[in-house]
Amino acid sequence: MEAALTILLDGLQFSSYLFIVSAGLTIIFGVMKILNVAHGSFYAWGAYTAAFFIGKFSDMGLPDALGFLIIVAAAIVVGVILGFIIEQGILKYMYERDEVLIVLATFGLFLVLEDIILIAFGTDPYFAYQPMALLDAVEMGGIVRDVYGLTLIGVAALVAVGCWWLLNKTKWGTLLKAVIFDREVGIAMGINVPLVYTLTFIGGAILGGLGGAYIAPTISVAPGLGTEVIVLSFAVVVVGGMGSIAGAAIGSLIIGILRAIAVHELPQVELFVVFAVMAVVLVFRPEGLFAPAKPRKI
Amino acid sequence: MFNDKTAKFILLAGLVLCVGGALAPNWIVNQFMFGFARALAILGLMVLWRTGLVSFGHAFYFGLGAYAVAILDIELGVTDVFLRLVAGAVVAGTAGFLIGFIMRNYRDIFFAMLNTAISMVLFGIVVKTESLGSTDGFAISMSTILGFAPETKYPLFVIITLIGLTSALLVNFYLKTTVGKLTTAIRDNEIRVEYLGFSVAHAIHLKYTISTILAGGAGALMAMSLGQVDPESMINWTVSGELVFVTILSGPGNVIAPFIGSLVFEVLRTYAFELAPQAWQLIMGATFLTIIFFVPGGIWSLLEKLGGKKNAK
Repeated sequence: MEAALTILLDGLQFSSYLFIVSAGLTIIFGVMKILNVAHGSFYAWGAYTAAFFIGKFSDMGLPDALGFLIIVAAAIVVGVILGFIIEQGILKYMYERDEVLIVLATFGLFLVLEDIILIAFGTDPYFAYQPMALLDAVEMGGIVRDVYGLTLIGVAALVAVGCWWLLNKTKWGTLLKAVIFDREVGIAMGINVPLVYTLTFIGGAILGGLGGAYIAPTISVAPGLGTEVIVLSFAVVVVGGMGSIAGAAIGSLIIGILRAIAVHELPQVELFVVFAVMAVVLVFRPEGLFAPAKPRKI
Repeated sequence: MFNDKTAKFILLAGLVLCVGGALAPNWIVNQFMFGFARALAILGLMVLWRTGLVSFGHAFYFGLGAYAVAILDIELGVTDVFLRLVAGAVVAGTAGFLIGFIMRNYRDIFFAMLNTAISMVLFGIVVKTESLGSTDGFAISMSTILGFAPETKYPLFVIITLIGLTSALLVNFYLKTTVGKLTTAIRDNEIRVEYLGFSVAHAIHLKYTISTILAGGAGALMAMSLGQVDPESMINWTVSGELVFVTILSGPGNVIAPFIGSLVFEVLRTYAFELAPQAWQLIMGATFLTIIFFVPGGIWSLLEKLGGKKNAK
């Protein structure tokens, strides 16, 4: 029973951070049709920026509670700056090109951003445990969990609700849906599509950064961080259906919980299981498990 | 098969390289070995790229080839160059042929992603399995050639060069056959190809299998040149990315392009690493972006311009 609860909570926590990162990836794909490999770098940049400033603030003797502010600020700053530069500086000129070529361009960007991290932050790992230490631990159902990890689940839920609200209840959401459905008609209707693209990319980048910034206190922030995350979030969006927020949520739940089961019961298959699921879904339902099949547009 | 400019050039270049390799210092021979070993995989990816398909997971076949060599070495003590090469190519080719039945129905991003997924499955297995060397991989004993053990790397270099040359000739020949010419045709319009009476699925399956055999051979040769295998530098998705990078860098223009592109990549990486160990990826990434933006035809198109299209064929 306690083991099951541990697996469930581990799985939920893992799903939560996967969801935050993948939501950004899937939004960018849904609107702009860009499979953004550089998304892994947004995550890494978020983690590094948050860890760096949490450490700095703590050294200066400021209260640790500021850590939470830093996390959010780091995500926004990283997302806005990197997102803006990349979209306006590079991707903007590629929209007419082949989809696959854009993937390759983002792979080039990924390489560049990875090394700028090394240059900016060095190769030594960062530890930013302060926000996590602040929140203590609780006992629930016979097991002890740290509260920080549990808040991660809350943040993911918040992101999910926020995305749903933005897409379905606001004017912006309606505009987005119009652009997703048909870009050209959107332009004809007077929607400022370039602006929508820029904002979408920045929004997605902020989510990628948030995933990294929020997870930073629980891990050692070291080089190579983004490499693993990006393939994991590819797996998530493929399983759930590319371009759908609900899909990202379901995909990250499936992958997060499967991985937690694997970690506890059969650690050898931890990575295998994730990508096996991804491959099987691609073979049998390439459009994703829960995405409705798309009508063919002429 | 030998009566076009490309074929003649390949034969001549092969001769020059084999002679030159005997005189060249060790480190240059090494660069050529790594470059040509990788070029074999690029040759296969080039065939796919001409068809409009980009695989973001050919490290799967590259890794299969490399690990076939390692496992044969450890379990059975096989050290012969040719046996190792054939083993790598056959293992990867068989896997590629079987997976090809699924893969031939996929295009664009789905093709890229399914390949990624499959390569990451292998990565996940190897990394977590002690008996497969886990993250450390294996060291491989020196290769022997038909029973005798060479003292320098030169014989292995000659063999790699000759194999690269033969593969280039074969692919060049293949691209001139009717089935081979279906590459760009499929890329432009699949339905039209079907109306002409060809099966697009079969054509893609064949190209995919060719590319996997070449990638497996490349992995085997790379394992032999390096003397070791490990998942991070043989199977991880970044390796697939690297292979695609070199393909774009080389350009799809000619079967010679992958060899030039791989050499440029090898040299670029060595120097970038020496110049700026913290920033070599940055240099590679920036080069990649530059190529995508300004030189969509890769290095080959630059050479064509330089040679005033003289050597183009």
